[in-house]
Amino acid sequence: MLSLTGVRKSYGAQEVVCGVDLELRPGECYGLLGPNGAGKTTTLRLALGLTDPDAGQITLLGEPIPRRAREARLRLGVVPQIDNLDPDFTVAENLLVYGRYFGLRDQTVRARIPHLLEFAGLETRAHSRIQTLSGGMKRRLSLARALVNDPDLLLLDEPSTGLDPQARHLIWDRLKQLVAQGKTILLTTHFMDEAERLCDRVSVMDRGRLISTGTPQELIARNIEPQVIEVYGEGAAHWANEDGERLCQRWERAGETVFCYAGDAEPALGTLEARQDVRFLHRRANLEDVFLKLTGRDLRD
Amino acid sequence: MRAKHFAPPRFSPRFVQVWRRNFLVWRKLAIPSMLGNLADPMLYMLGLGYGLGALMPQVEGIPYITFLAAGTVCYSTMNSATFEALYSGFSRMHVQRTWDAIMNAPVNLDDIVLAEVLWAASKSFLSGIAILTIIWVLGLSHAPLTLWIVPLTLLIGLTFGALGLTMTAIAPNYDFFMYYFTLWITPMVLLCGVFFPVTQLPGVLQLVSSVLPLTHAIDLVRPLINGRVPQHVAQHLAVLLAYAVVGFYAALVLTRRRLLK
Repeated sequence: MLSLTGVRKSYGAQEVVCGVDLELRPGECYGLLGPNGAGKTTTLRLALGLTDPDAGQITLLGEPIPRRAREARLRLGVVPQIDNLDPDFTVAENLLVYGRYFGLRDQTVRARIPHLLEFAGLETRAHSRIQTLSGGMKRRLSLARALVNDPDLLLLDEPSTGLDPQARHLIWDRLKQLVAQGKTILLTTHFMDEAERLCDRVSVMDRGRLISTGTPQELIARNIEPQVIEVYGEGAAHWANEDGERLCQRWERAGETVFCYAGDAEPALGTLEARQDVRFLHRRANLEDVFLKLTGRDLRD
Repeated sequence: MRAKHFAPPRFSPRFVQVWRRNFLVWRKLAIPSMLGNLADPMLYMLGLGYGLGALMPQVEGIPYITFLAAGTVCYSTMNSATFEALYSGFSRMHVQRTWDAIMNAPVNLDDIVLAEVLWAASKSFLSGIAILTIIWVLGLSHAPLTLWIVPLTLLIGLTFGALGLTMTAIAPNYDFFMYYFTLWITPMVLLCGVFFPVTQLPGVLQLVSSVLPLTHAIDLVRPLINGRVPQHVAQHLAVLLAYAVVGFYAALVLTRRRLLK
């Protein structure tokens, strides 16, 4: 489907992709997680043949990239991070015109348009102008547009960024349907719940490298203690020094919150229940904990 | 700038679909667009042609309005391609990200730049024909030779479309295009014989004029309007073609540098 071997890319003195190896299996949904500036979008641009790697090999749908990128893109669908629907056209015209770029005949695309609009929940908006669509509708139309050539592989760059919860759930539902139909998906995201819900496998990417790869459960089991207690309140720091230090395998402080990671949370919970000056939340470790452990809590702007 | 940016162009037949996209958008707004293209040059031609024309004897042996008509064909042809390549091209490339969307399909940047130049030339063709029709209707010229102007508008459009796209490729925003107009288009309008014969200018300015592409367009079109075969046809065509080819290649290299980094 897509394979990257030892791929590197620098801009000036800064290396933004530093030896990435990635192998996408047919029919899986693969998530590339990383903070802003981790190199996710550049990795996608490299895969698409829109920029040349400084080193390494890329194969997309059996074609060597970038040399035969045009041929590979015939069987590929792309949902970009920033919507670039054609504002001069209606919803249906967007699909028709985009299909022409794939060499599809108008009658072929016209036959597909009702299905695509239904899939995107835009049946009643075929003749609407793009400016009248909500953000969620635009993203769904972008997804429908990426399916106009019935691709084998879909690349999605942060598909749910900027959407409200209803719109995000609808997009997730559609992506699950596509995987169920046998499509292969590669998506980038910095929403951990998105990755946990959708992806069969994920890689955490930071500073141009893939630092951990596996199923979401594997990543959690491999990188972090299974139980997490978040402790808030004025006594949190005091508790961490007194009891947390002793009862958690690992703890860290972010602002006013203490995060306690443990294999068995019971002893720590016991000491917390005895205190009046803290509030706390006990939960299972999730991908976000892994992500923050691997990439740190510092801001990346 | 990487070596790959200088590679010779590789086109696929799908560039036609990019041209069609622009045509489809134009068709929706065809009437206001044509009116906008026509009104300005028409008013110049009729206002100055009749107004100034009444005050002066014939220019180079023809009525002033006929003299001006030839200049107007070339200048409006130049303007159509220029505006299309600069403002509309910049919208599609940078503001609307239409080019980004197309490049995710099996269409390369080379195809897009080719389609954009051809589209700019198509717009020139349309405004050239429109002005020519007015010239015929008003009886400013009935020479059968004026039919040769039809293919010439395409060539002039290619030349100025390609030159315009080089600017689009390096433009940070719309304001940047003022430089292009002030330093390149306006001098051409005033120095290349649109409003008066180049021979009226001092020697130095005549020399400048002789290397500007619009001069060569006018040297071809004006005799045709007057019903004469132009002199040095090959030379004028070669200059226009050279500007078109060099401009196109520069536009290609610069857009690759901008978008394929």
